[in-house]
Amino acid sequence: MGIPLDLLLEAVLFGILLGGFYAAVSMGLSVSFGLLDVPNVAHPAIMVFGSYCTYMVVAWLGLDPILAGVLLMPGFFLLGMAVYRFYYEAFERRGSETGVRGIAFFFGLALIIEVGLILAFGVDQRMVDAPYIGKSLAFSEVRIPMRMLVAFGVAIVLTVALTLYMSKTFTGRAIKAVAQDEPALRLMGANPVRIKQWAFGIATAASALAGAMLIIVGPVEPGMDRVYIGRTFAVVVLAGLGSMTGTVAAGLILGISESIVLMHPGLGASWAPAVSFMLLLLMLGVRPQGLFGR
Amino acid sequence: MNFTRRKVLGAAGAAALTGSLPGRAFAQAGPVKIGMSMPQTGSLGAGGKAALVALRMWVDEVNQKGGLLGRKIEFIVYDDQTNPALTPSIYTKLLDVDKVDLLIAPYGTVPTAPIMPLVKQRDLLLMGNFSFQVTHTVKHDKWFNNLPAADASSWFPGFFEQGQKLGAKSIAFLAADQEFAQNLASGAKELAKKGGMKTVYDQNYPPTTTDFSSLIRAIRAAKPELVFVCSYPNDSVAIVRAVHEIGVGEGVKIFGGGMVGLQFTPIMESLGSMLNGIVNYNSYVPGIKYPGIEEFLSRYQKRAAEEKVDPLGFYLPPFNYAIGQMIEQAVNGTKSLDQKKLAQYLHTNEMKTIVGPIRYRADGEWAQPRMLMAQFRGIVDKNVDQFRSPGKQVVLYPGEYKTGDVVAPYEKARGK
Repeated sequence: MGIPLDLLLEAVLFGILLGGFYAAVSMGLSVSFGLLDVPNVAHPAIMVFGSYCTYMVVAWLGLDPILAGVLLMPGFFLLGMAVYRFYYEAFERRGSETGVRGIAFFFGLALIIEVGLILAFGVDQRMVDAPYIGKSLAFSEVRIPMRMLVAFGVAIVLTVALTLYMSKTFTGRAIKAVAQDEPALRLMGANPVRIKQWAFGIATAASALAGAMLIIVGPVEPGMDRVYIGRTFAVVVLAGLGSMTGTVAAGLILGISESIVLMHPGLGASWAPAVSFMLLLLMLGVRPQGLFGR
Repeated sequence: MNFTRRKVLGAAGAAALTGSLPGRAFAQAGPVKIGMSMPQTGSLGAGGKAALVALRMWVDEVNQKGGLLGRKIEFIVYDDQTNPALTPSIYTKLLDVDKVDLLIAPYGTVPTAPIMPLVKQRDLLLMGNFSFQVTHTVKHDKWFNNLPAADASSWFPGFFEQGQKLGAKSIAFLAADQEFAQNLASGAKELAKKGGMKTVYDQNYPPTTTDFSSLIRAIRAAKPELVFVCSYPNDSVAIVRAVHEIGVGEGVKIFGGGMVGLQFTPIMESLGSMLNGIVNYNSYVPGIKYPGIEEFLSRYQKRAAEEKVDPLGFYLPPFNYAIGQMIEQAVNGTKSLDQKKLAQYLHTNEMKTIVGPIRYRADGEWAQPRMLMAQFRGIVDKNVDQFRSPGKQVVLYPGEYKTGDVVAPYEKARGK
């Protein structure tokens, strides 16, 4: 069974928007895991925490969810710095078996965040209102959900901002340097721990904005982080660890493939996640360093 | 053996003493343990927590009256996180470590299905909790469900009856790729087939689906006259939003069917006017006069406010309270905790509950199902109190509770 061309094009369009959203929610992880090699499995939980904070800011101040997400970024930046400092003192500084212990630490952090959200908000879903939620732009038969357009736009802005920051600023270049050769950076008199702490802060701040996008795209509940662990790590690995442009490209590949499988009447929508991860495995087989990895 | 009078008297005295003080006497003085797992987190967590409030209300009330058989109830509950992988180990722990006397099933088909082999193997009474067709292959004779539908044919006749009245000839199916939704959808497909409807779209979506735009667009392209959806709460919300944005087409007469979550107050409040026109199943809506239900709901709503759960509690809480009422009647009726006697009592007697009288079939499902099919009408945004009064969910089926006729097509009904 085939798919008409107009539907295929719409599936690609929906996929591009969905892919932009996947890229946006993976951007923080691309910095923390891709560049810093920190196994931050709590990234989706931090993002969900960002969604709940956005929900509160919107409820209290009546602000737009994206603006609320931007306002939360400084607080999340400080939170990220504190989390990394604790992780460094407790695990990284002691050297051996950092990876396994680190994963356990971040799993624990994710659990604490989830339980904390349940205690504070209960298990009910939370949603926000905005003028672009529940509405679409119509072009003849084609209707594009505005919330997905907004998420895509914010994803592009976030990518451009992070790419420029990493390439044009001294701190950004230092973050890339610490990812490439930490001992060399140390020999040049820089403090890699402080740079990594700063970078982890940026990654966590990006998660706050991603959390705002998450609650725009759909309702959130405390356990939602589990849905995104696989997807965000897949995007970051497919991208090539630490590549911002690659993160967008990988997000688009996953989004488009998922959207086509969901819409195609003959493929079976249940296969959508499997197709995404099959692409990841294929990529790792052909190009282990990922799309944009070196 | 050399029996002396002293030895015989000593043995008799010891026997008398041990007969009056032993373990059994202590056990009878101990509590009646009732155990279960309940989804308190995960996709069914919101419903599970509200249901738990109702069960705890029943436990507290029975304990205030002196308990069951003169013993207090100890209620042991674990959170299964809506994770079917956890329920078999939780129920094994309840039986082997906590040594409970009676079991209640977790809310929902997905967490319940994996414990059925354990319960069947140990031949235990299990009070079902809104599960669908979890015994139709296991065929356990000590299963008693509180769900007011026995099977798909008694769950959805209202949906298909309305569709046929409107002259619908084609249907689209969208179902989550998990136990409950698949069971429900397969039953609904049989009803559609019997009604002579042509299936123009049939997809199962993965439960991790983020955005339903593609699926809804594909449904619109298939041009069905009925759209039947079987979904879990998170998906139901995302589907309703996507339908609002993408549209399902002018030709759709009825949209809805088996969407779990659209009965939960926080979700109804959040979706607001987006609910208008949807025809969906429900267990209870305001206006239905079951004896004692309004008094129960008023007590529940006070407690729900304190515990930050579903503030109205129409969907699950009354039916969970009914589980307690049925246990109480069976234990008092048999003066026993014997699983076989209790099952026999439940099979042969009509149970008096706040959700009406219940008589069970041999398979432990309701002999006279009362699943409602209702259409959302006149819902406005951000107003929880509107759902307290009759009329916001117009009952289309069954006839004895009917409060109005369906408004169609769906696009027209959305504006109502």
